[in-house]
Order: sequence, then C-alpha cells, then structure tokens
Amino acid sequence: MSSSVTLRRQRLTPLWLLLPALAVLVPMFAYPLYQLGLLSTFEYGQPQVSGGEPARFVGTGNFRTLFGDPAFWSVLNQTVVFAAGCVLVTLALGAALAVLMTRIGRVARTVLSFAALTAWAAPAMTGSVVWAFLFDSNLGLVNEVLGLDGYNWLYDRSVAFALVGAVVVWHSFPFVMITLYAGIQAVPGSVLEAAALDGASTFTTFRRVTAPMLRPLITIVVIQSIIWDFKVFTQIYVMTRGGGIAGQNMVLNVYAYQKAFASAQYGLGSAIGIVMTVILLVVTLFYLRALRRTGEEL
Amino acid sequence: MRVVRRRIADGVAIAVAVATVFPIYWMVLSALKPTGEILSADPRPWTLHPTLDHFRSALGVSGFGRYLLNSLVVALAVVALSALIAFLAAVALTRYRFRTRTTILVLFLIAQMVPVEALSIPLFFQIRDLGRTVPGVGLNTLGSLILVQVAFSLPFAIWMLRGFVAAVPKEVEEAAIMDGASRFTILWRILFPLIAPGLAATSVFSFIIAWNDFLFAKTFIISATENQTLPAALLVFFKPDENDWGGIMAASTLMTIPVLVFFVFVRRRLVSGLGGAVKE
Repeated sequence: MSSSVTLRRQRLTPLWLLLPALAVLVPMFAYPLYQLGLLSTFEYGQPQVSGGEPARFVGTGNFRTLFGDPAFWSVLNQTVVFAAGCVLVTLALGAALAVLMTRIGRVARTVLSFAALTAWAAPAMTGSVVWAFLFDSNLGLVNEVLGLDGYNWLYDRSVAFALVGAVVVWHSFPFVMITLYAGIQAVPGSVLEAAALDGASTFTTFRRVTAPMLRPLITIVVIQSIIWDFKVFTQIYVMTRGGGIAGQNMVLNVYAYQKAFASAQYGLGSAIGIVMTVILLVVTLFYLRALRRTGEEL
Repeated sequence: MRVVRRRIADGVAIAVAVATVFPIYWMVLSALKPTGEILSADPRPWTLHPTLDHFRSALGVSGFGRYLLNSLVVALAVVALSALIAFLAAVALTRYRFRTRTTILVLFLIAQMVPVEALSIPLFFQIRDLGRTVPGVGLNTLGSLILVQVAFSLPFAIWMLRGFVAAVPKEVEEAAIMDGASRFTILWRILFPLIAPGLAATSVFSFIIAWNDFLFAKTFIISATENQTLPAALLVFFKPDENDWGGIMAASTLMTIPVLVFFVFVRRRLVSGLGGAVKE
C-alpha cells in the first residue's frame, strides 16, 4: 500500500518540476508561435488593429503576395548570402585561432582569450554603435587614417553588408574559438603521442587525428552559427538604420519587422516570420541528426 | 627554430588580441575624451584630458541613469526567475525517465532556433490584450519585458543546466534518501548548491538575452519613456548625421561594463560549461 503511494508520488514529481517552465513557455512561446501562423493567413492592418474592420481570412494569400514579389526573393537571397559569408569567415577565423591557441605561450593565450571575451561580452547594440562610430563618414577613425574623408560606408550595398558582417564576425568568432580550443584540449594526449611516435608531422596529425575527432563538435558549431547568423537583427537594424538606403540591406528578420510595424501589414510580416521559421526548422533537423551522431544521449 | 616559430605565433596572437579589443578601447576612450578632441580631424589613440562630462550628461540630462536601473531590474529578474525555473525543469529531465521526456527535450532544442524577433508581432497584440486584465504586464511596463525574456531564455538555460545536473553523481542523492531527507531537502540543500557553478554559467546567457534586447523594449514600451531600457534608449540617442558621439560612447560603456564584469566573473565556468559538449 505504502509502496504504491510512493510510486505514484514518484511519477508525479517530474510534472510538478516541469510545471513552472511549461506555465511560462506555453503562453509566452508556444501560443505566440501558433498566433504567428494564424496571423499569416489573415489580412491584418491598421483598420483591424484599431477595431474598425474585422480581420479578413485570406488563406495562403499573404504567401502568394510574398512569393510573387521580386523584392522578397532578393531579400531572401541576400539573407542567405550574408549569413553564409558570416558563417564561413567566423568559422575560418575561429578555427585558425583555436589552433593558434594550442601553439602559444601562457601569457599570449591569456591575453587572446581575454580579448575574445570582451568582444563576446559586448552587447550587439554597443558593438554596432561603436563600429558605426569607427566607420563614421566624417568623424570616424577609419576614414581619418585611410584619408577617405566623407566616404560613406553604407552607400554601397555590398560594402555596407561587409561592414555589418565584420561586426557579426567580431561578436561571434570568440564562441567558435573557445569551443574548438576546449575540444582540441579534450583530445587525449596518448592519441597524439602515438601519432608522433609513428612519425606523423604536425600537419598530418591535425588532419588525420585531431580534425576527425572534432568533427561532431565542428558540426554543432557550424549549425549553431548558421542559426545565429541567419537571424541577425540588431546589427543590421542599428548600423544601416533599419535596413539600409532604400532597404538595400534588408535581411528577412528586419524585413518581417518593418512590414509589420512600419507598414502595418501584420499578416504579411507574420508570413515572412513563418518562412524564416520553416527554413530554420530544416537547419535544426540537421542539427538534431548531428547531435545524435555525437552519441549524446538526449 | 622552434623558439622563433613560437615567438611568431605569440606575436600573431597578441596582434589579433589588440585588434579584437580595439573597438572596446576606442569606445571607453571616446567616452572619456573632451568633445573638442572627438570633433578634431586628427584623432589620437589616447587623451591627456580625460573628463567624465559625457557620463554626467548621459546619466543626468539624457536620463540614462533611469534606463540603466530599468535594464538592471529586468535583467536581474529574468536571471533569478529563469535560473529557478530552469533548475527544476533540468532536474525533471535528467533524474526522471518518463514517456514524453525526449519529445520535451527536442522541443526545447527547436525553441532555440525560433526567430523570436518575428514573435514580436503576435506578442505585441497578446501583451496589449493581457494588459487590459493584468495591469502589471501590459504594454509600457517592465513586467511585460521580464515575462517574454524569461520565456526566451528558458529553452537554452534548461538545455545547458541539464549537463550540470547529470554530472552530479546519483549516489549523493541516494545517500541523502538513506538518511531520510525529503525530496524538497534533496532539491534545495543538496542538488542546488552542487550545480551552482552551472547556474552561474547559465545565468550569463539569460542575463545577456535580457540585457541586450532592444526589439521587444522598442515594441512594447511605446509611450511610457520612463520605463525604457538602455538599448532602446540608446537607439533613440543614435540619430543620423547629428550624433553626440561622446554621449553615445558613454552610454555604450555603461551598457557594456555589467556584462563584461559578469563574463570575467564566471569565465572559467563558462568555458568548462561549453567544454562539456566535447566527448572524450
């Protein structure tokens, strides 16, 4: 009798422990996500917000409008190219520095990891503002040093994207560097010694021993970076002042926000949000597969 | 030869470190420079006349003192609530086996990739309607920001804390049960202190999510400017072509310092927390 009571209590416990999390996540996360999907099927603008007109169900209308708009495809295209560029540079830099960290003295390593920490810790907002100051056309240090007085870095679409990309990389390479360095450190010394005894060069050891052992970790870092860089918002919004000259530096996240809050097309903005969510969901499925391959038990 | 290569590697590392820190250095330096030097056509990487004028005007005239306080209230409330809730959930997901466990874990992982910026659209209407029945969490309140930021920080916090809870040997709890400790005692007197390092690392991420947010602050805090947080207020300060760079850099410095202190404080734990993802 008493044992069955304990058993039942045991079974109830995880639910009680999870209850506070669910009490926050269901109404503030899951429900808004459902609402985002719902809104994307409605025409919802200023008259509907003020209650002047009822919301009109348009089914896939918003998506058809979106897919028929060349502007959407160009934003989608440049979002992908921008995110891919940021991911590649972040990973190359982060990985190179992680390897460098294994080859340097204690002092240099401490200095480098502390420097990386400051960039990592800097809020996206202050990072964007400080870089905007450094590259300001009139008072910026960069233009003074290069003698480019008056040159506006935001004028050209690609130059503006490159500048914002540099800030994104500056913010995110420390995570890659420190994670991969920790990974390299975790490779057992005995394996490396064995390779050295067999006469393998440093390069061969890295390529044939260290890199394969790190592959699962690298996959996780790659996918994590894709997810972050695809969602860049603050840097674009702040540095290019809401999406660049005539919206030339729009990425999907900023585009959705502007459509909803600046043009009061909440339904259309939600449809863009749904498109983003679906793309990221596909990336996440790859992430889950990669996690499973690392042998991590869920 | 070996020594030379080592020296070159050290030199490259130091050069990268200097370049990385430079924007932060320039921010603090510009905040301390007199306005005349900022406007000078010949910028120098030092100043002989440091001044606190920009900080004084940012905190006084522009009201950043108030915004700083608002940001701290929101961030600390989010850290405390999210740490508490995530701890309980992490225990449930590591110490118990139940049918929906894996599903819940996968959902938490998927939640981390949701573009929360897009959720600002439905959340705007939801918070507006919520404010009509529950006054403390409607539009223009700090409560609304705390509520959504706790929700956004939880999936990652739970995911990360799970590893720390799993690292505590089950024998510790079993010994406590033998000694007749209640579940409550085990939770708060034994597990909680043992995973404190993990909580510190997790808190950094929750703190950053709450501290950095400007999108929701900008969306929810429409008319009550006295409830604005630092990043959103800084955006108002940041005007095309007529920037008060000294003031902006002072406000940015004020915004960066708490995060930096927090980071340095938990640095070791941060790295060990991430290193946990590496399988040996």
